[in-house]
Amino acid sequence: MKLRSTRLIGILAAVCALANGGCRKTESSAPTPGASKKFAGKQLNIILANHPWSEALAPMLEDFKKTTGMELTISHYPEDQLSQKLQIGLTAGSNRADVFMLRPLQEARQFAENHWLADLLPHAQSDKDWNWSDFQEAARDTVTFDKAVYGVPVVTEREMVYYRKDLFDKAGLKPPATLEELKAAAAKLNDPANAVAGIVMRGQRAPSVTQFSSFLYSFGGDWIRDGKSLLDSPQALTAYKFYGGLLKNYGPQGALNMSWPQGLAVFQRGKAAMWIDADVFYPNLIDPAKSTVTTTVGFAPFPLGPAGAKNYNVTSWALGINESSPEKAGAAWEFVQWATSAPVVMALQQKGVPGARLSVWNSPDGLKGFPEAYAKVIQIQVARGVGHDRPRVIKVGAARDIVGEPVVTAIQGGDVEASVKKAHEQFNAFLLQDK
Amino acid sequence: MPTRRHPGTFFIVPAVVFVVAMVLFPVGYTAWLSLHEWSGSAVRSPRWVGIGNYAELLTQDPRFGYAVLRTFFFTAIAVPLEIVLGLAIALLISEKFRGQHLAKALILLPMVATPVAIGMAWLLILEPNIGPINTLLRSWHLPPQPFLGSGRQALLCLIAVDVWQWTPMMALILVAGLATLPGEPFEAARVDGAGPWQRFYHLTLPLLMPTIVTAMLLRSIEALKTFDIIYTMTRGGSDYSSETMNIYGYVQSFEYFALGKASSLLTVFFALVLGVSLILIEVRKRWGTAVA
Repeated sequence: MKLRSTRLIGILAAVCALANGGCRKTESSAPTPGASKKFAGKQLNIILANHPWSEALAPMLEDFKKTTGMELTISHYPEDQLSQKLQIGLTAGSNRADVFMLRPLQEARQFAENHWLADLLPHAQSDKDWNWSDFQEAARDTVTFDKAVYGVPVVTEREMVYYRKDLFDKAGLKPPATLEELKAAAAKLNDPANAVAGIVMRGQRAPSVTQFSSFLYSFGGDWIRDGKSLLDSPQALTAYKFYGGLLKNYGPQGALNMSWPQGLAVFQRGKAAMWIDADVFYPNLIDPAKSTVTTTVGFAPFPLGPAGAKNYNVTSWALGINESSPEKAGAAWEFVQWATSAPVVMALQQKGVPGARLSVWNSPDGLKGFPEAYAKVIQIQVARGVGHDRPRVIKVGAARDIVGEPVVTAIQGGDVEASVKKAHEQFNAFLLQDK
Repeated sequence: MPTRRHPGTFFIVPAVVFVVAMVLFPVGYTAWLSLHEWSGSAVRSPRWVGIGNYAELLTQDPRFGYAVLRTFFFTAIAVPLEIVLGLAIALLISEKFRGQHLAKALILLPMVATPVAIGMAWLLILEPNIGPINTLLRSWHLPPQPFLGSGRQALLCLIAVDVWQWTPMMALILVAGLATLPGEPFEAARVDGAGPWQRFYHLTLPLLMPTIVTAMLLRSIEALKTFDIIYTMTRGGSDYSSETMNIYGYVQSFEYFALGKASSLLTVFFALVLGVSLILIEVRKRWGTAVA
């Protein structure tokens, strides 16, 4: 059966080739721009994260397969296992993964350093219809290093404030526009007697780094300048004290063991007045099957700090191609090009997955998938912000453990100055080695 | 004689091949890699650093020393607790009573559940804000606890979960041991007027000692290597307070891409586990037999 269909596809492919791609337009109604039968019968192994992006893409894959005649073998993994799985497979020089999702800010540089990622720049330059310049500049910047493009951005995210409209109204408060107002609101709404915290955020060492980053930038700090640690700046110290202090004084119990799943759960159950984290999590808050705050949750942009509006605005996921895949310039690129084309990104964004294409963000249709209040906030934040939410180094995991330490110290109420000083020295030593 | 030896050699070939491929090769490769520095690069092969990785671990890396201590602390607290509780349960369910089979089946439940699922379930139970334990504490007007979110409590919570998970296996092994004990000494003791406590202390315990020591040996090796529940529940936190050697090895390889250093850590870990096993096997030889 399989053999027969492959042969049939082969014949179809030959016919199409003769007709010079003429059967492309008549095939399917789902978005399959640029897809042709050129690679019919080719087999692609694709490794994806369990992520709303992959879920939204799944129903479109059938049409892609029909239109192109390619065979796709797709495996899904939770994000940590995905990284581990890729590392093992790619270390072994395996070409079993042709296309995979990766986190550009977390692992892409190390992957590129290890020659696991194909440079997509030639495609980006030659494929004019696909239009690389339609991607947000920050997003393109995130996947570009040493003049090579190591992935195509598929999901973007920004830090935002989720707050409880009912609690704010009762206290006569407006959503915080500045960091000072944020602190005042957290203090006023913190209600330990009723087990409702003023604010919940990440407190685990490495996971907290990304959410702390917007605070750092908003106070005027950053991680690195000219290859040296910037953690000894007074701005960084203020930011660490501020972030840790919020959790220490107005945070929930056990904040030190919290990453986003724990913070989300606390907020979903109505046990916190505010939650600050990435904007991709909103579907979990408005889903009545998961959340008790579906109607009371409000959305606000990340508050302004002394240095202005400096929320992070990053590409959290990209699609990369394996350097040792025999299909890297052929079928693999065909798939990536399709999955990141404007019509597909539009369709995905209408299902609530924030993408990276400007034309989609600028079109009213591109905002249809989001609740109105949320869309307003996200539109403000897409247009601004900082393109990295963690130090841009090769060994990001080790760097996060170093720069996250003062967050932990601050939450515990320890000596933040000493902790920052130590982190600064360790980070400088790390940066010397990270080459 | 040689004709008889020949087929014997032939039949052990598969086992030898298996051991070489699945045990000796990985261990040997890890030992080799531990003398190198490598991030997994496809173009840059591992770079020879001699004992550099070991020197770094032992002299410059405080996280490693603490991880070793925690690994042994975890095992030294968890395993004895599991033995004592397991023995108590074994004695209880060895007595005849109604619903005995049901009780046995229920007690085995923690052991048959998958460790990651156990980790997730306990993570929820111990959640400081919405978890049932703190909800209970609050309703009794007791102060809620941070549990996994506290540097002091995290490792203890993990030990408690390990005890909950593995006590049933101890009980199971000990029930089997109890069933094989000879009946005569107990009858004789009863005739001589020995009470239940005397019978337990002078008969059951010494007769059961070989089983107890074997159970301890098996469980200790496993406990030293615990990974799944720690990874799912704390990932070594809060503030490294539950980072054992296995977790630290994982962090070095999969989060820091330091495959050489991770290999040196795992080689040390392997040597330590091997050492502990040899000591326990010696203990078993001495204490595990010929008591009765």
